[in-house]
Amino acid sequence: MQSFVAEPDELEWPHSSQGNEEKRNLSLGGHVGFDSLPDQLVSKSVTQGFCFNILCVGETGIGKSTLMNTLFNTMFENEEASHYQNGVYLRPRTYDLQESNVHLKLTIVDTVGFGDQINKEDSYKPIVDYIDTQFENYLQEELKIKRSLFNYHDTRIHICLYFIAPTGHSLKSLDLVTMKKLDSKVNIIPIIAKADTISKSELHKFKIKIMSELVSNGVQIYQFPTDDEAVSEINASMNAHLPFAVVGSVEEVKVGNKTVRARQYPWGVVQVENESHCDFVKLREMLIRVNMEDLREQTHARHYELYRRCKLEEMGFKDTDPDSQPFSLQETYEAKRKEFLGDLQRKEEEMRQMFVNKVKETESELKEKERELHDKFEQLKRMHQEEKRKVEEKRRDLEEEMNAFNRKKVAAETLSLSQPLKKDKDKKK
Amino acid sequence: MDAIMLQEKLVERLLCPRVRTARQKEKQYVGFATLPNQVHRKSVKKGFDFTLMVAGESGMGKSTLVNSLFLTDLYKDRKLLNAEERINQTVEIIKHTVDIEEKGVKLKLTIVDTPGFGDAVNNNECWKPITDYIDQQFEQYFRDESGLNRKNIQDNRVHCCLYFIPPFGHGLRPVDVEFMKALHEKVNIIPLIAKADCLTPNEIKKLKDRIREEIDKFGIKVYQFPECDSDEDEEFKQLDKELKECTPFAVIGSNTVVEARGQRVRGRLYPWGIVEVENQSHCDFVKLRNMLIRSHMHDLKDVTCDVHYENYRAQCIQEMTSKLAQDNRMESPIPILPLSTPDAETEKLIKMKDEELKRMQEMLNKMQQQMHDKD
Repeated sequence: MQSFVAEPDELEWPHSSQGNEEKRNLSLGGHVGFDSLPDQLVSKSVTQGFCFNILCVGETGIGKSTLMNTLFNTMFENEEASHYQNGVYLRPRTYDLQESNVHLKLTIVDTVGFGDQINKEDSYKPIVDYIDTQFENYLQEELKIKRSLFNYHDTRIHICLYFIAPTGHSLKSLDLVTMKKLDSKVNIIPIIAKADTISKSELHKFKIKIMSELVSNGVQIYQFPTDDEAVSEINASMNAHLPFAVVGSVEEVKVGNKTVRARQYPWGVVQVENESHCDFVKLREMLIRVNMEDLREQTHARHYELYRRCKLEEMGFKDTDPDSQPFSLQETYEAKRKEFLGDLQRKEEEMRQMFVNKVKETESELKEKERELHDKFEQLKRMHQEEKRKVEEKRRDLEEEMNAFNRKKVAAETLSLSQPLKKDKDKKK
Repeated sequence: MDAIMLQEKLVERLLCPRVRTARQKEKQYVGFATLPNQVHRKSVKKGFDFTLMVAGESGMGKSTLVNSLFLTDLYKDRKLLNAEERINQTVEIIKHTVDIEEKGVKLKLTIVDTPGFGDAVNNNECWKPITDYIDQQFEQYFRDESGLNRKNIQDNRVHCCLYFIPPFGHGLRPVDVEFMKALHEKVNIIPLIAKADCLTPNEIKKLKDRIREEIDKFGIKVYQFPECDSDEDEEFKQLDKELKECTPFAVIGSNTVVEARGQRVRGRLYPWGIVEVENQSHCDFVKLRNMLIRSHMHDLKDVTCDVHYENYRAQCIQEMTSKLAQDNRMESPIPILPLSTPDAETEKLIKMKDEELKRMQEMLNKMQQQMHDKD
């Protein structure tokens, strides 16, 4: 038995058959070059292209399409939606955008008809179903035998922008109900739409009211991450400005000697990119320029994993069996398969049993009927016999009568023949 | 607006002694031209009353607008509900009554508020409490009118309903259409576009056209301004025409006074400018106020009395007569007209008797035949 040195020297290799599992920090003698790893990663992802999916939830006419156009500085084609849809349906549209040499595959999902119906109790269902379907599709792809994840067009929703109507009082009941259903499935950023109808003092009160309502009802909205030093400060300050009060516009107005995107009113011009007018710039910074990648990560690492776990648990998979020994997926598969086949067999047996029972039943029914018929036949036959007998009797009676009559007739005739004179003589007497 | 001024001038002239003696000298002048000012005097003494209902979703600015219209603060200690409390909210009816006076004319103003309308998640039939309230007021008036002592009837009938349409959409929403259709034959509806400071002039025009179109399409009968008399002057006719083309009015309200262009006015202060509530190029508030208070208040009351209430009354009486005929009891305190239509039951009896008669007739005929044959 060899003895180990208590504090191994840096250059000594671990000398044991069991293996020393501690990680050790080593210092390098010169420049190796693996500090280019991030750059390799970046260039690879640039060639691959990025993919981002936005879900816009809000009532008809609240400004979802206009804000998308303003954010991405382009005109996505869009018809005005009608207020008279029977229910809510989701309309995804995918666009290919390019800036510098970075390709972005952007999918914008619109909720058409949200908030228009008189009874809005089921309005959240199509949205939740859509999000779950995207997760399901990804899960299916992951579980395939022959899979191509790197090529897969990821349609999972990375961010949900929830448009709040600028009433100035508080959230609407529909907003609260919907956000509660969505907060565990997707990153939510609430924004106040058409914010040019709220004055500064009202806006401050409104924002505080909204955030307090969200907190008191336990709605988890997306918090900008503050763990990365480079962006923690700006993210922390932005977290305090939630929900962002935005104004969208694609029309250009001349202000001073510049032409800016703005809305022109008789009493003034609301500039979209002016930070004292609205929070549009903040939203763009946070959503696109700083945290887009974090949003994708959160969707994959948190929301998708939650969905996956729930789904697999539903199917009966567990990570540990009752004895707390880790299960391998293969064993679980086998066990599941056996169970399933056993189930199938049992069902087959049941059905066969049922079939046999049914056959027996019908047989006995038939027999019963046969017997009844037979009885009836016998009865009828008997009746028939009776009748026949009666008829025979009557016939015999009739014959006898006839015979008697004939005899009498013959007798009478012979009498009258043999004594016709006598009768006359008697008569003449 | 001009009519009132004319009235005042006439009163002045009459009260002035010089003119009176001059008038007495004219023999051809009878004097019933003073009737209008007699009416004026009496009505000033009696005072007016007006009931206004405001309806629309929470947060549309209804209270602010009412405060701006009547330059008072009716909603001092209001408690607004949170979102979670509103999920299953039912509609309430709250009445505020104020007595206001201007130049000797007293007005008893009642504002009927409808908090909770359209706020719940399921808004099926959320207008039912409102229609029930209006019917109740009609019923109350009906009973009072048919009662024995009619001296002090209180008129609580709703004379006008301001309906606030949100400016965030593309036109009318299903709940707006259903509400207006449920109420258009019970009360004068004036639709308004609320919070119009979120729409540019182009957008306002588009939205107004769209709403007018949809009102026609769905057959909603909103309050129509009465036609001008043909002998009114051109200016009046022009104003009237403009007024009609401006509906539905796009309004903005404000509880605060701001400084604009050197004056203190009611308005809303934004970083990009100041919206003045009474500036005609900013919104239609002035038009609404003139129409509602200065020129058409009495017409609204008349239409309520002559059209909506009469419809209700006729319907009520019809229901009562048919119901009484079924019950065959005369217990109602209100005299009923004699029945002119035969009852279904008596008709049936008559039919049965007819048939019996026919049968007996046939039997008689048969017997006669038999007897005839036998002979």
